[in-house]
Amino acid sequence: MISFLLNNEPIHISNIDNNCTVLEWLREDKKLSGSKEGCGSGDCGACTVVLAEINKSDDGLNYKAINSCITFMSALDGKQLLTVEHLEEQSQLHPVQQAMVDKHGSQCGFCTPGFVMSMFALYKDRSKGSNDDLNRDNIEHALSGNLCRCTGYRPIIDATLQACDQPAPDKFSKTESDVVQSLKALPDNQGVDGLHLPKSRTELAALINKYPDARLVAGSTDLALEVTQMYKILPQLISTRYVPELNSLTIDNKHLVIGAAVTYSQLQDTLLNEYPELNELLTRLGSLPIRNQGTLGGNVANASPIGDMPPVLLALDATLTLDDGEQSRSLPVQDFFLDYKKTALRSGEWLRDIRIPAKVNASFLSAYKISKRIEDDISAVCAVFNLQVENGVVSNLRTGFGGVAAIPSRCAALETAITGETWNRETMLKGKAILANAFNPIDDVRATAQYRKDMLVNLWQRFWLESQNHNHTELRVLQHA
Amino acid sequence: MRKLIDNNTTPGFSTKSVGTSKKHESADRHVTGKARYIDDMPEPAGLMHAAVAMSDTARGIIRTKDVSAIKAFPGVVDVITAEDVPGHLDIAPVFEGDPMLAHQQILFHRQPWCALLSTSTNIARKAAGLGKLEVDAEKPDLDIHQAHQKQNFVRPTHQMKQGDFEKSSASAAITVSGEVKIGGQEHMYLEGQVALAIPEEEDRISIYTSSQHPSEVQKLVAEVLNIKLHKVTVDMRRMGGGFGGKETQAAQWACIAALLAVRNRCPVKLRVPRMQDMMLTGKRHPFQNSFTVATDEQGVIQATQANINGLCGHSADLSEAIVDRAMFHCDNAYYLGAADIVGYRCRTDTVSHTAFRGFGGPQGMVLAEAMIEAIARKTGEDPLTIRQRNLYGGAGRDTTQYGMKIEHNNLPDLIQRLTESSEYWQRRESIKQFNQQNTVLKKGLSLTPVKFGISFTAKHLNQAGALVHVYTDGSVQVNHGGTEMGQGLHTKIQQIAANEFGLDIEHIEVTATRTDKVPNTSPTAASSGTDINGKAVQNACLTIKQRLADFWAEQNQGNSDAVTFKDGVVSLDKAQIPFADLVQLAYMNRVSLSSTGFYKTPKIHYDRTTGTGRPFFYFANGASVSEVTLDTLTGEYRVDRVDILHDVGTSLNPAIDIGQIEGGFIQGMGWLTTEELLWDDNGRLLSNNPATYKIPAIGDTPREFNVELYPYPNEEDSIYHSKAVGEPPLMLAMSVWCALKDAISSLTDYKEDPKLDPPATPEKVLKAIQALPADSLTVEVLSR
Ligand SMILES: Cc1cc2nc3c(=O)[nH]c(=O)nc-3n(C[C@H](O)[C@H](O)[C@H](O)COP(=O)(O)OP(=O)(O)OC[C@H]3O[C@@H](n4cnc5c(N)ncnc54)[C@H](O)[C@@H]3O)c2cc1C
Ligand code: FES
Ligand code: FES
Repeated sequence: MISFLLNNEPIHISNIDNNCTVLEWLREDKKLSGSKEGCGSGDCGACTVVLAEINKSDDGLNYKAINSCITFMSALDGKQLLTVEHLEEQSQLHPVQQAMVDKHGSQCGFCTPGFVMSMFALYKDRSKGSNDDLNRDNIEHALSGNLCRCTGYRPIIDATLQACDQPAPDKFSKTESDVVQSLKALPDNQGVDGLHLPKSRTELAALINKYPDARLVAGSTDLALEVTQMYKILPQLISTRYVPELNSLTIDNKHLVIGAAVTYSQLQDTLLNEYPELNELLTRLGSLPIRNQGTLGGNVANASPIGDMPPVLLALDATLTLDDGEQSRSLPVQDFFLDYKKTALRSGEWLRDIRIPAKVNASFLSAYKISKRIEDDISAVCAVFNLQVENGVVSNLRTGFGGVAAIPSRCAALETAITGETWNRETMLKGKAILANAFNPIDDVRATAQYRKDMLVNLWQRFWLESQNHNHTELRVLQHA
Repeated sequence: MRKLIDNNTTPGFSTKSVGTSKKHESADRHVTGKARYIDDMPEPAGLMHAAVAMSDTARGIIRTKDVSAIKAFPGVVDVITAEDVPGHLDIAPVFEGDPMLAHQQILFHRQPWCALLSTSTNIARKAAGLGKLEVDAEKPDLDIHQAHQKQNFVRPTHQMKQGDFEKSSASAAITVSGEVKIGGQEHMYLEGQVALAIPEEEDRISIYTSSQHPSEVQKLVAEVLNIKLHKVTVDMRRMGGGFGGKETQAAQWACIAALLAVRNRCPVKLRVPRMQDMMLTGKRHPFQNSFTVATDEQGVIQATQANINGLCGHSADLSEAIVDRAMFHCDNAYYLGAADIVGYRCRTDTVSHTAFRGFGGPQGMVLAEAMIEAIARKTGEDPLTIRQRNLYGGAGRDTTQYGMKIEHNNLPDLIQRLTESSEYWQRRESIKQFNQQNTVLKKGLSLTPVKFGISFTAKHLNQAGALVHVYTDGSVQVNHGGTEMGQGLHTKIQQIAANEFGLDIEHIEVTATRTDKVPNTSPTAASSGTDINGKAVQNACLTIKQRLADFWAEQNQGNSDAVTFKDGVVSLDKAQIPFADLVQLAYMNRVSLSSTGFYKTPKIHYDRTTGTGRPFFYFANGASVSEVTLDTLTGEYRVDRVDILHDVGTSLNPAIDIGQIEGGFIQGMGWLTTEELLWDDNGRLLSNNPATYKIPAIGDTPREFNVELYPYPNEEDSIYHSKAVGEPPLMLAMSVWCALKDAISSLTDYKEDPKLDPPATPEKVLKAIQALPADSLTVEVLSR
């Protein structure tokens, strides 16, 4: 069974097409047509809904916007699902809705329910406690997953400012503790036919053993596209969201240990606390709804050459823990990617966690992403440089690149050549020469091979400039970092 | 000379409804999810779902169509190919060449050749993949230049000529030539193409379509089914965006759904998934334009020669008029002198390109701005100075390349005001300073004007109809030929009707556009929606008002000319009566409370044989200033600040007008910057989903975005002296493109005019930097 609250109504599903998305279920089964399909691929946000779940302190709710078009029903289990239909209180508009009306935030209106739900999630997030003034950065962050083709966004930004700057308690505040109780009262579920919710690594191993053709699902932000865009039928899906080892996030003095099913939103604070330099890359990875669902483990296991986190993990010398339920083994991340979308995972094995070494003092780290659009775009090139300089001499360099080869790659030639050199202009130029011929990228829809090559070289030069930028000259066009 | 709004245009003008920022008539329904789009309608009993199968080749003769695997798929109930069409197969809007399903030939990659019906959308889409099409594949022609060379055109070439180019250019001080390749644009309306067909009694049929042109859908459905138009009723409540992409491109889906519905006697829905939508429907035309322009020492244009090539795709669709409009607008706001403009409609084996906000105008105007930039760099003057010098005006400099005299030109004043309010010249200085100090980042600044001709260039389309009903409680229902796609047309119409009757807008309901209420309508396009439908609605209201006034005058032995309608009250001197009471009284006395209204745009004509005339009733003007910062290492950039002053005449609804301006600007900015359409050598669209085709996101909206309305009425007798606003603001975004060029040019101390073909993606910007001649650089450029 899968159990959740649809607004305040408990729903128990014991039989459903395992490939059914939350959006399909809402629109077709529940005839709730407020949430729209604009793309079916997580890119437009017209389908945005909000999931409320019990918070860490166990006394209230966290509200997260997600893309219902690429979410399988298993993601709802144990949560409260809220859609645009649920916001009104006795035909009184919710403050975020009223603000959209007041500021003329809708034209054709097709994107509007999605925006309203993202705004609602922000509203609830900001209701939690004392807040800084709401600014453009926060708003762009919250609405990064919503496209509008009509308005040019200005009225939507104004509406968000109006509604979310000083959010007052709303109708959901009144029922929050009841909802917590109702969520706690939901049964412990195993999922439905073809859509499994194992609770332990033993159960997970057993299911994989029983269904060798099954696919693991974490956030489904990659996997669901096989259903919605390629019209594949995925006969068995196993969700990792209840397997404890995959959902833990711990820090010891040597490592951050990030369970493979931990979402970007969950790991963000911890990771950025250790590596604030990753802020830009992390906040440009997909959109907020994608980060609310998507996981670091999914990014690694998906093994895409244009995934943003593998280059980071390469440059940080991360290790992966692979598990098959009986034995686990650890592997440096660079040995994980074998060939285009091919990994070192053996059959029956899964990715358990990712271990990122704690920061070394005096290291200088930058992660750069080049894409046509700044927000919610896939990298044409991703370049990460992690450098340690001692007394002006490079003691260590680790790199990671995406978009330049069939797999995420380090540039060993660069790393060796630079280590031991004085960190100066000549060394930078030497690195440029090496990077110019280090990879043979391809032409595709995101960039030409030549541009990719140019970027490798020029981002290295930017990295050097930033390391030298003692008087803090503006070197980037990016406004929010 | 300039007058503010004429309060006496109609008796009883009430400022309460017109001229205020009323909210969109559907705003509350938008924000609650209650606004229904076609896919949201409660499903009629027995509804079945359709999908299409597509070709994997771009060009060739079809050998066999094998649908057996589709038929055998569980849940599939019917399959049709071109052979099953009882009436017309060709659903082309104006000329010919757009088969509903591929017949003997494949014309573009992913062309649909078969449609199927099944019990669910999922089944339909999965089954569609099982069709087998055998084609004798040929290599597709994809290149616009080649098509031109081969004289491969979808329509004959057209020329506009004024004066003698050779003679006028011979004596000129400066001559510059150039070329600009302009990318197309995907509409990316958030609601994809969709239609619902419901068979009615015998051979009658109802169609729900997301279309800007219900009357054309009606006609094409009738022709496909081989029935008369009066058997087909088309209903269109709202679109989730159109932008031109649902002017002709919506019909195919309605026709397919209609045929399947009739064959199977069941309601049929066809909703096109996003990726298919992007591959199967036409886009804004890519263009390749070249010019030679001759000026005096001051950079004042004496003569212009331009070749304008529109990449039309496999058929004409609307390309004749689109390339015409590019030609009409290749002057933008400037007097071209002796002009020789030739427009070619190049045929390629790609999807047939179509209307998109601006309708070829933007691609013509980019040429004009490219010329100005080239002249400016040649003369060493600031581009703004060159722009101002070349604006229409002065003796002998007020006639366009198609012989239309420019009247009421407010651009010199408008630009002057904007120059001041945006502090253009002060910022020019601080930008120069910034650029001297920063080795990596460079700033650019540009002011570009817009002059956009308002009217359909196909004269017959400049007509509109309306149907207004007054009910006995005093409430009013309005229907008209225009369609609502988010532009706020119905809201403005509501305001117009409210104003005419002196009522609050709550009393006015604008209903779905329906072919059985107002027949033979024009598409909602060419920015004309409010202009023509507003007037038609006004005329219908005036007829009813006249009847009520006559009646009230008769009741009070007065003069009907003195009757006023204001604040819900009808008055004749001291004799006052609430509107609703008068309506009831009139009803009891058998006065008709319903009327049609009609309007046709005056003054316009164009003679294609001579290439001269007055194709436009008036021009909508505007200007924008953009400041950008770019990264010379990567080509990345941001738009720091935008200032816009735009002329909507007397605004009917400032909030809606500003919404159109801002939205149009951002959409235009997307077209000129990040929205890059790419096809491979086999004619396959590579940028075929929103993950690979990037429209502006929220972070692309400039942090400083100042938009003002130019506060003067339209001098022509348009509805309440307002001006059309749908398309013109899109072209304000040219200042972003020019500002990027300006920033690049700064590397050469503004001596070089960089070649930056739009869309100016970061990659193209970097390329433009790399392509600057080495000896032209006046500062160190790190990326070289
Ligand atoms: C709109 C959009 C924008 C995006 N933007 C970016 C971006 O900017 N940068 C970027 O890098 N990515 C981006 N992505 C891709 C995607 O969001 C990320 O790769 C994400 O990290 C995938 O995580 P997930 O949990 O959703 O993976 P899922 O889709 O659940 O799984 C991905 C794959 O990994 C497998 N898998 C999952 N967990 C495990 C496990 N524990 N062990 C073994 N195999 C496993 C699954 O079977 C599947 O094959 C974007 C996606 C979308 C839809
Ligand atoms: S429908 Fe576009 S993101 Fe879900
Ligand atoms: S209002 Fe039309 S897409 Fe946003």
